[in-house]
Amino acid sequence: MIGWIDTVIQGVLLGGLYALFAVGLSLIFGIMRLVNLAHGDLIVLAAFVILVISRALGLNIFVALVLAAPILFGIGYALQHFLLNRTLGRDILPPLLVTFGLSIIVQNGLLEAFSADSRRLDADALETASIALGGGLAVGVMPLMTLVSAVAVIFALNYLFYRLPLGRAFRATSDDPEIAQLMGVDNRRIFALAMGLAMVVTAIAALYLGTRATFDPSIGPARLLYAFEAVIIGGLGSLWGTLAGGVIIGLAQTIGAHINPEWQILAGHVAFLVVLVLRPRGLFPRAVD
Amino acid sequence: MLAANFRIETATAASRTIALAGAGLVLVLVVLPLFVSRGLVQDMIFVFYMLALAQLWNLLAGHAGLVSVGQQAFVGLGGYLLFAFTVILGIDALAAIVLAGLVTGICAFPTALVVFRLRGAYFAIGTWVVAEVFRLLIAQWKQLGGGTGTSLPVSVTNEVAGIEWIKRVFDVRTAAARDMEIYWVALALAVGTVLAVYFILRSRRGLALAAIRDSELAAESVGVDSYRTKLWVFAVAAAATGMIGALIYLQKARISPDAAFTVIDWTAYVIFIVVIGGIGTIEGPIIGVIVFYLMQRYLADFGTWYLILLGGLAILVMLFAPRGICGYLSERYGISLFPTRRRLVSDKDSPGM
Amino acid sequence: MALLETRKLTAFYRDFQALFGIDTRLEAGETVAIIGANGAGKSTYLKAITGLLGGEPESVWFDGKPIGALAPAEIMQLGISMVPEGRRLFPSMTVEENLLIGNYGRSVPGHWSIEAIFELFPRLRERRHQSSTTLSGGEQQMTAIGRALMSNPRVLLCDEISLGLAPIVIRDIYQALPRIKATGTSVMLVEQDIVQAMKVADRIYCFQEGRISLTGNPSALTREQIHVAYFGS
Repeated sequence: MIGWIDTVIQGVLLGGLYALFAVGLSLIFGIMRLVNLAHGDLIVLAAFVILVISRALGLNIFVALVLAAPILFGIGYALQHFLLNRTLGRDILPPLLVTFGLSIIVQNGLLEAFSADSRRLDADALETASIALGGGLAVGVMPLMTLVSAVAVIFALNYLFYRLPLGRAFRATSDDPEIAQLMGVDNRRIFALAMGLAMVVTAIAALYLGTRATFDPSIGPARLLYAFEAVIIGGLGSLWGTLAGGVIIGLAQTIGAHINPEWQILAGHVAFLVVLVLRPRGLFPRAVD
Repeated sequence: MLAANFRIETATAASRTIALAGAGLVLVLVVLPLFVSRGLVQDMIFVFYMLALAQLWNLLAGHAGLVSVGQQAFVGLGGYLLFAFTVILGIDALAAIVLAGLVTGICAFPTALVVFRLRGAYFAIGTWVVAEVFRLLIAQWKQLGGGTGTSLPVSVTNEVAGIEWIKRVFDVRTAAARDMEIYWVALALAVGTVLAVYFILRSRRGLALAAIRDSELAAESVGVDSYRTKLWVFAVAAAATGMIGALIYLQKARISPDAAFTVIDWTAYVIFIVVIGGIGTIEGPIIGVIVFYLMQRYLADFGTWYLILLGGLAILVMLFAPRGICGYLSERYGISLFPTRRRLVSDKDSPGM
Repeated sequence: MALLETRKLTAFYRDFQALFGIDTRLEAGETVAIIGANGAGKSTYLKAITGLLGGEPESVWFDGKPIGALAPAEIMQLGISMVPEGRRLFPSMTVEENLLIGNYGRSVPGHWSIEAIFELFPRLRERRHQSSTTLSGGEQQMTAIGRALMSNPRVLLCDEISLGLAPIVIRDIYQALPRIKATGTSVMLVEQDIVQAMKVADRIYCFQEGRISLTGNPSALTREQIHVAYFGS
């Protein structure tokens, strides 16, 4: 019984990580209807950026994240400004194929630069720290921080969207890009800002990805799939739904692994397919679409 | 003008000439393995099955609006079914290729049930998830080697129906005879796929596909059942992809889940071929596969840089020449080898203009 | 010098030419109405001014500068604001948010603020936290006008603000126009409803098949002249 309770707790916490993966994807789709197939590889790229900064400057990874965030914002902004803005339009093929090409470039670029070796972000004492819950149960501090960070990121983004002028401009562009321009909103700049913002969230996700387990240049696509599943399960356009979706994938994976370690990933995918069949619009679809 | 009689044409005079030339080319290809090295025969097999895969992806993405990045699901499934039919059930490999295609086509229906709930770009990632599910499930199939995979026993590869005949008639060793037989099957699949796609696009279903691609709503309002049309195309493409997958792994004679369900080989390369050649045309993948083969042959040794180059080229083409080499040529010179568009021609106009 | 001027303005939708060299002028403080039948090119004309179609730099002039090739957001920032056809409120937003986004690109001191718009259209004050999708057609039109006014524009472009509304609602909305005009804003109205347009306009242009078929002061024009200009002879 304790084993099962522990499994559920770990699953929920893992869900925090998947939610962090998914929020960036959700943000980009919500604002510019762009599905970024390179999202997973960009998460891995962010992990390498944090790694390089912390190694080169001998910094704690959290400090390295603070330095990495503006760099990744810049990468996201430039990516959208110079490349992805050119692909937007009615045809879904250009953005899809361009981001697919980008995925291959990022993946192999990282492979060239860092080899296929497994890396890890070192969180020192935090890595092993845990909080006892009694009854033999304990939660790791890092997994807990992951979930708390996911919640904090969603709070912050919702504040931006519903309280600040820039957030209103994001929503206006999402609702009706043509009319948004008539409000003085420069859509292309808004898209670039949104991609930059998504990359900052991605950097936060990358920090927890790199401390939780090892990473190497090849693991991006699988993270894209988890993120995608969380977004779809949650329902498009709802960040809290995305969190719920992440938790469902996390739970399914840990429960699957608890039954048979080989079933971990499979169980997550199957949970997604089941939700897709039963609730095609996700668990928390946006009322207005 | 109004008094003129109108006809609907798809073929052009040039395309009729091309059809004859194409038939001649196929004849040449049929006898080619009798005169060239085994290395080239094996290269041509690769070209044929990549061409067939590219035509099928193009049918889905370029004509039916079903942009899949999960075709490796059906390649891998076809490959594994070949192994299952030959190794476990002892069926002859040629029959197993056909059976593998059939079963893969049947598996497309439950797959469609799930992924058709997703639209556009989400459909794409959905197909990728399904391919992962196939890979992970097959990795649990211990009888076929689980996660590490397995090899075809020599008894299967060397006793394919017809090999003895080829050995006798052409006086070659078993290995060469095997290559020749697989070459002819691959050629047949490639030519068959090109013709099948051509006739599908010229049929009423092809017209329905064009209508759906332009406006799904409008197509449905004139009685096109878009769900069923797409489902049909998806299943046909899956069945053919499964057959090709079975053939690929008959040639490779070794299979593992990671190789059989790789997104790079069976989807990324295939997309590259279609994008470079020209999406939405039949000649596009033919040109694309030649470009790809040359790159693969001379640049693949560069490893990661080669892949970066492929990705970069695909992006550049998508941004600056979204209809690929073919689109560029037809815009520039009005060449169309496989015309699938219907053109209204007045009898007063000279045909072929 | 006119505040807003078009010179030989043309517009195309692919091969189809929608406007053939339109010359119009809007003086500061003036209200001008563009009338014409469906498909005469009225809405295209407004879209061209807002930059949504992208055109020749010297085809549109504002305040003595050519603006024909500027992006919509840049044109809005200069002080040309549009009430689009069909209202086009942002569906995910409340009434208040729809008003607030109105001065995103241009925030200048002036008469118009949320408070001033609630005074102009008191019904919006009660609905301020409601989703814009729950409003009646008239309330939506009021919100769309308020949204456009929030940036204190120098020119207000209105595209078919009476379309699809009940006569009594149209009257309410048209009663607001003189009050907008009194704040010094110039107004360019596109209308199919000739009666309403003639009441408020200082001058009219009648469009027919992409060309100006008639222009003048409403009181000086005869019914026959307008009929011919509107429908063709």
